[in-house]
Amino acid sequence: MEGDAADWRPTAGPIALQRRAAMLARLRAFFAEREVLEVETPLLSAETTLDPHLEPLSSRVDAPGIDGRRMYLQTSPELAMKRLLAAGSGSIYQVCKAFRGGERGRWHNPEFTILEWYRVGWDVHRLMREVAALIETLLAGSRRLEPATHVGYADLMRRHAGIDPHEASTGALRRAVADGPSPIDTSGLDRDDLLSRLFGERVEPRFAPDRVTVVFDYPASQAAMAQLNASDPRTAERFEAYVGDIELANGYGELRDPTEQRQRLEHDLASRRRTGRPLPPVPSRFLAALESGLPPCAGVALGFDRLLGLELGAGGIDEVISFPIERG
Amino acid sequence: MASYNMNQVRTGLKVLENGEPNVIISCDFIKPGKGQAFTRVKMRNLLSGRVNEKTYKPGDLLEGADVIETSMQYLYADGEHWFFMNPDTYDQVEADAAALGGAEQWIKEEDVCNVTLWNGHPILVAAPNFVIREIVETDPGLKGDTSSGGNKPAKLETGAVVKVPLFIQTGESIRVDTRTGEYVSRAKA
Repeated sequence: MEGDAADWRPTAGPIALQRRAAMLARLRAFFAEREVLEVETPLLSAETTLDPHLEPLSSRVDAPGIDGRRMYLQTSPELAMKRLLAAGSGSIYQVCKAFRGGERGRWHNPEFTILEWYRVGWDVHRLMREVAALIETLLAGSRRLEPATHVGYADLMRRHAGIDPHEASTGALRRAVADGPSPIDTSGLDRDDLLSRLFGERVEPRFAPDRVTVVFDYPASQAAMAQLNASDPRTAERFEAYVGDIELANGYGELRDPTEQRQRLEHDLASRRRTGRPLPPVPSRFLAALESGLPPCAGVALGFDRLLGLELGAGGIDEVISFPIERG
Repeated sequence: MASYNMNQVRTGLKVLENGEPNVIISCDFIKPGKGQAFTRVKMRNLLSGRVNEKTYKPGDLLEGADVIETSMQYLYADGEHWFFMNPDTYDQVEADAAALGGAEQWIKEEDVCNVTLWNGHPILVAAPNFVIREIVETDPGLKGDTSSGGNKPAKLETGAVVKVPLFIQTGESIRVDTRTGEYVSRAKA
């Protein structure tokens, strides 16, 4: 991949570039019609995610008044957009670049385009329906999708992996993963890693290629920034949307309690410390915004390049971005 | 040998798995938005030819295998082993029937073959893609049949049996594609 004389050329063809521009225009029309405000927030920030599975890229920034500050390229615009929500923006969306170190593969590039939006006053199920509607609308020109399926995480795991994700012992999960079609040394994998492996190996390949599948009620241990379900605190108001086995979107009924949010951040920091990963500072401006009051809302992030890839029938992200990381 | 981490793993890399040399034929990075990353690796065992799949975690390492492919000249066989020489160093290696894997029915002294060495020992010998060999045995064809319309088995001087057109006769030389075992053309001896 490196040192090739053709390296200067884009990997996306002219049709992909045209379709990208057209899809962005339709996306903006979709939100304009629904009166959701487009916003911009900094890509480079002193605050970043502490999610143990994400690796933010960082840079030392020198400028008058800023002497050698460690700043982070956003892994998603979530923290800054929630600060806007807390300041009274109302429903907002943003389409921008996000950066995740260590992620490169068929559908991953360390720099990618993310669509993120928040609906003030909506519950998570209403947002799930809007996510399916957006995907169906943006893909309507190229493929006719069957009506979306909404299905619970635990149902899927019971049906396809034969595992109750809330009741199964960690040992049983470990055995189930070890028995999988692609053997793995399970040492060092925790309960959520094992669940994630089972979901990826046994459940995702079952999703229908011609419809949106929305999976909801993820285990509380994988809540990330979602609030727990009031009716069943073993689960969180987190969902994911797929077309076929391609993961497109991840959304939450947003956690608003600053105390619980702080605890989760501390928990993430402890996990990063245990595994010897970089320790960014606790995002204090974000927490201050939650203290001042985040309105009840639901939010979601969607991988725009993957959606474009589906429209084009692409075999991977390189076909829809101009210059992947090796040619950047 | 070096070890490779998951950022270094790529197609074509030769690695040890359960103590045997493998070549990586594909690797997929798998990463849910919220969750652990994995690398799914498909590899072909260079001894058995079997393809296996395994999944690795980001911290896992694969041990490199000392496997090189090189051109070597076939010298002779002693009934049990086939001897090859590095034309630059004159070093000789002996390959067994498993490494030849059928190549022995095509090769003739002085042929230059592609030899895969693991820790210096040949584990795979590929005959040249095309060879010219003399036919030592075939049924007489029909007189006047110089074109298509049927074929017949012909035994080559090196042992292989190839289907040839009916007009080809014992004592003639033919060009053969060793990868498919198919007759290509008549050749001047």
